[in-house]
Amino acid sequence: MSAAATMVPSDTAIVTVANVSKFFGPLKALNNVSLSIEPGTVQCIIGPSGSGKSTLLRCINQLEKIDEGAIAVDGELIGYRRVGETLHELTDPEVSQQRLATGMVFQRFNLFNHMTALQNIIEGPLTVLKRPRKEIVAEAMALLERVGLSDKRDAYPSELSGGQQQRIAIARALAMKPKLMLFDEPTSALDPELVGEVLNVMRDLAATGMTMIVVTHELGFAREVAGDVVFMDKGEIVEQGPPQTVLVAPQQQRTRDFIAAVLK
Amino acid sequence: MSAITSPITSRELAAVARLRIVPRRFYGRWVAAIAITFALAWVVLAFAQGDIAWPVVAQFFTAPAILAGLVNTLIMTACAMALGIVLGIVFAIMYMSPNPVLRSVALFYIWFFRGTPLLLQLLLWFNLALIFPTIGIPGVISWRTIDVIGPFMATLLGLGMNQGAYTAEVVRGGILSVDTGQTEAAKAIGMTRLTTLRRIVLPQAMRVIIPPVGNEVISMVKLTSVASVIQYAEILRNAQTIYYANARVIELLIVAAGWYLLVVTVLQIGQYFLERHFSKGRGERRAKRATVQEEPA
Repeated sequence: MSAAATMVPSDTAIVTVANVSKFFGPLKALNNVSLSIEPGTVQCIIGPSGSGKSTLLRCINQLEKIDEGAIAVDGELIGYRRVGETLHELTDPEVSQQRLATGMVFQRFNLFNHMTALQNIIEGPLTVLKRPRKEIVAEAMALLERVGLSDKRDAYPSELSGGQQQRIAIARALAMKPKLMLFDEPTSALDPELVGEVLNVMRDLAATGMTMIVVTHELGFAREVAGDVVFMDKGEIVEQGPPQTVLVAPQQQRTRDFIAAVLK
Repeated sequence: MSAITSPITSRELAAVARLRIVPRRFYGRWVAAIAITFALAWVVLAFAQGDIAWPVVAQFFTAPAILAGLVNTLIMTACAMALGIVLGIVFAIMYMSPNPVLRSVALFYIWFFRGTPLLLQLLLWFNLALIFPTIGIPGVISWRTIDVIGPFMATLLGLGMNQGAYTAEVVRGGILSVDTGQTEAAKAIGMTRLTTLRRIVLPQAMRVIIPPVGNEVISMVKLTSVASVIQYAEILRNAQTIYYANARVIELLIVAAGWYLLVVTVLQIGQYFLERHFSKGRGERRAKRATVQEEPA
């Protein structure tokens, strides 16, 4: 069963990935990947390391350039402008503009080290959206409240635990009011006892109807929250379906092997 | 295994634990300290008895010509350093550009200005009129080079361009020291490349850039003295002018040395506060902040 063949073209999708390939030198990081995500879905992507799942995520917000295929986010072709039969690369400001549709949460948090928690959250609305400070500080305080860190508004990242940093990073992404949130292994760099607090914030976010694409090794979280699960291996989508199928009764041998290895 | 002290039983060990401890004595260090004290005393004595007219030093320390020279030294330090830092940032960014032309030009600039002596560069700028009698935009406007590039301009260009070549490498090192994750996070919230550089990368690179640049500001204060050869009226040149007239060579050199030391001392204190400002969010400030946060919010 090829995933590309089963893809149903959809006009309502918020993200459409069509026949995308990506090479790192001789290595094929993504091999003809197609995927369509409906608004409000929590799409989990699982797979062994080096399977291309993070690369796929990074292609969706243009941190990586794709070599073949096309991606549309929120009904708009990304990275290129079509002029007749040619595609023209977008300028840096245009790409930045397109990235506003997506929020991204990184494995290593990547909070701005020279700014406090509050400054991290208001930085985008302040310098990119150029909104009045008073308004966005109030919104940022509400976001801090939402991730349970109101008392850490003046703390620098180096003064926070990994779990706290990741919750601030989620608040920072949400402050831009994205239509879609991308999570790149958000709990992989955390001590085991801190994983739960981050997953709780993500669970709450999913409950608000936010579209989320989550690359994760947390199969429990995927089973509970995901609307759809994709299993990737060697740059290809091996299996896709509801969590009850992919995680509980996978059809493909490679999926079964991976899940058995993770659960061991 | 050889024993340094005699074997000890566990009963003796309990008794030993109560004994008074006599610290080690460092005889070598004592000897060194005494020797150095004598040497210093000898140097101080030599200067006190030497043929130096200290009243003359005091008299010329605040002489108008010396103060005017000091002002020129400070102006030149500020202007040349500003030019050097601007050029340094521009060429560091060019050096890291994927465009081969920009990259090569930056490489050539750094190669040329680091590869030739500063004194030679100053003489080149000062004698630019020999190559280009007039400068300007052909057919639009032109000036006589000799009017444009006087001692001030030649010194500014010489010191500034030279400094830029060194600062470019310092800035590049600073930018490389910032984790790529910071850039990615900035892009992810929709920042353009320029905003990312200005808001995220450079402020963090500053922590790495400031100590060597502070060092270079201090060297610049003293490097301005080289400009005395092309008649820029900085403090050393004015001191020389005075001692050609009154033959008080050592006294006036001491006056100049005293001012250099004073300026450098002030700059060092300034650097300390600048470094503290750019270490925001880094270890050293944490302890202080923690104590402040102890009061209930």
